[in-house]
Amino acid sequence: MAIPKEGYFQLEQGRYGPIYPRTPANYGFTIIAKIKPGRETAVREYGATIEQAVAGQPEVLAPLRLHYLRWVIFDVGSGPHFMYQGIFDTDFDKYLEDAVALFVKTGITTVFVNLEGWPDDWKTNLPAVIKFFRDNQRPSFLEYGEYPYVTADEVKKALRVKSALSAMLDQMQ
Amino acid sequence: MLEFDDIQHFVLTRVPAVTGRYEFLSFQEPSQGRGWLAGIIDKVESAQAAAAGIEEGKRWVSVALTWTGLRALGLDGGSLASFPEDFRQGMPARWQVLGDTGANHPDRWISGFAGPDLHAIVILFARNVAERQRSTEEHQAYRARTPGVTLLSSLDVDAIPPFDQARDHFGYRDRLTQPPIEGTGVEPTPGSGPLIKAGEFILGYADEDGPPAGLPQPEILSRNGTYMAYRRLQEHVGAFREFLRKHGETPEEQEWVAAKLMGRWRSGAPLALAPDKDDPALAADPQRNNNFTYAKTDPHGYATPLGAHIRRMNPRDTAVNIQRRRMIRRGATYGPPLREGSAEDGVDRGVAAFVLCASLVRQYEFAQNVWINDPNFHELGNERDPIIGTQDGTFDMTIPKRPVRRKITGLPAFTTVRSGAYFFLPGIKALRYLATLSESAR
Repeated sequence: MAIPKEGYFQLEQGRYGPIYPRTPANYGFTIIAKIKPGRETAVREYGATIEQAVAGQPEVLAPLRLHYLRWVIFDVGSGPHFMYQGIFDTDFDKYLEDAVALFVKTGITTVFVNLEGWPDDWKTNLPAVIKFFRDNQRPSFLEYGEYPYVTADEVKKALRVKSALSAMLDQMQ
Repeated sequence: MLEFDDIQHFVLTRVPAVTGRYEFLSFQEPSQGRGWLAGIIDKVESAQAAAAGIEEGKRWVSVALTWTGLRALGLDGGSLASFPEDFRQGMPARWQVLGDTGANHPDRWISGFAGPDLHAIVILFARNVAERQRSTEEHQAYRARTPGVTLLSSLDVDAIPPFDQARDHFGYRDRLTQPPIEGTGVEPTPGSGPLIKAGEFILGYADEDGPPAGLPQPEILSRNGTYMAYRRLQEHVGAFREFLRKHGETPEEQEWVAAKLMGRWRSGAPLALAPDKDDPALAADPQRNNNFTYAKTDPHGYATPLGAHIRRMNPRDTAVNIQRRRMIRRGATYGPPLREGSAEDGVDRGVAAFVLCASLVRQYEFAQNVWINDPNFHELGNERDPIIGTQDGTFDMTIPKRPVRRKITGLPAFTTVRSGAYFFLPGIKALRYLATLSESAR
């Protein structure tokens, strides 16, 4: 699906800003922001932090309804930048507060303190946090999905059915 | 800890009233609006005063302002700008967020509500009709003495007899769930869930996220106040009864369909505890009638359908962050009841309700946008709330059932939004602050 520059076909007002449409790759966002000087290592270390959080509590990211998460640091000549790309099954506008609450709980929010533009009063100023995400969100102009419009839950369900059927067939031998 | 002597009774107290009246006002000049407000503050009871006098009390008065109303009273630009975006825009401008499309769009509302002239609401609840009449005349005389205060519109509200329990025009028992608020001393009924921090409902107190932050300025104006979404829903009783007859061959089946739409039998008994047959004894027992959850006992909705009204309005243990999504509800029915067996008479009847919360965008608008009007709530695909969702004849209702689920398509609209507004319900001290704003502050 090719998407206009704004990220949507028709402006539909959500609670915090425009609604981005569901695409064959469901919903997602791409946050790109410049890393504060000297903080690159701190950002990288969050990879391990999140890995540990999930290892300790596998369901911890469930409210985000994620398919995929990719965190990338890149430098194309203007200093290191952080890209947070997520593909998920929930409309960004609908679950923003739940996502922020989750980030605070798991410590993910603290990766953002290393980025330029992140509000200092983030702990008490939810509107400013939401503004940061909205301002640094770069909508995609093309999205493709090999299994379009399928949620992660449906994929997991189908895999469980397949696994159960296979087990049953094996037991019938 | 909670300043009961400053919080308006409306937030915390259900009063023994069977009748009432809402008056919607517009102020011509700030000094005139303030003059009217100054004279009415003494009639606005705090939670403490109302509780103390509940046995003898005959009538209860509440006052709230829209954002344009605060401006019309002469509140300065800095204060006005410190109110949140949702309240400043007002409910009509938020139509897309709320899903108020088609017949529910503000362009179709009762006149006077969708514009900036709606400044204040005065809510009267009275123990009986005689007292309502007396109070109405008293306020009319008072308005005659305070110039520059226009009555934009009014609505008389009346409980539907018999008065033993609160009921709406569709026959459903109402007011069975209340959020349990920390610090009020009210013992929550079993199943209400953990106590919720007062700041989720009243400004100036810690909420589920922490200490109060980002409140409107000055503090004397916001402390002990709250936001209130007013919503007048016409109830199309004829269409509702016709729908039940169409989808239920016997009276028992019709009651079953009615229960599946709501999530409770019309008696109030929850499907979660009485999935197959109504249980009036259960309905009448507050120790039992709210004591249920969904995640473990009914994940697929065989008892309470996933899209049923009460499951949408309060997903209980199947929603994340539920402590941040609760709301206080108040309100009343209006219009004469349509007798059972009578044909639709076209008379305007319905509910005129208030939803109180500390953040309209996070609580009220979230419920409307994500739970009520999102066709994909719980991945249902093409379903909105069957009772208060915006229905245009194209949405479905799935009723999980063994061996095969039942799916009703083309749900008609049982309700229509006739008007609504966002109000700020100030504390008593805040009302005095507003009444004494000086002209030079602007």
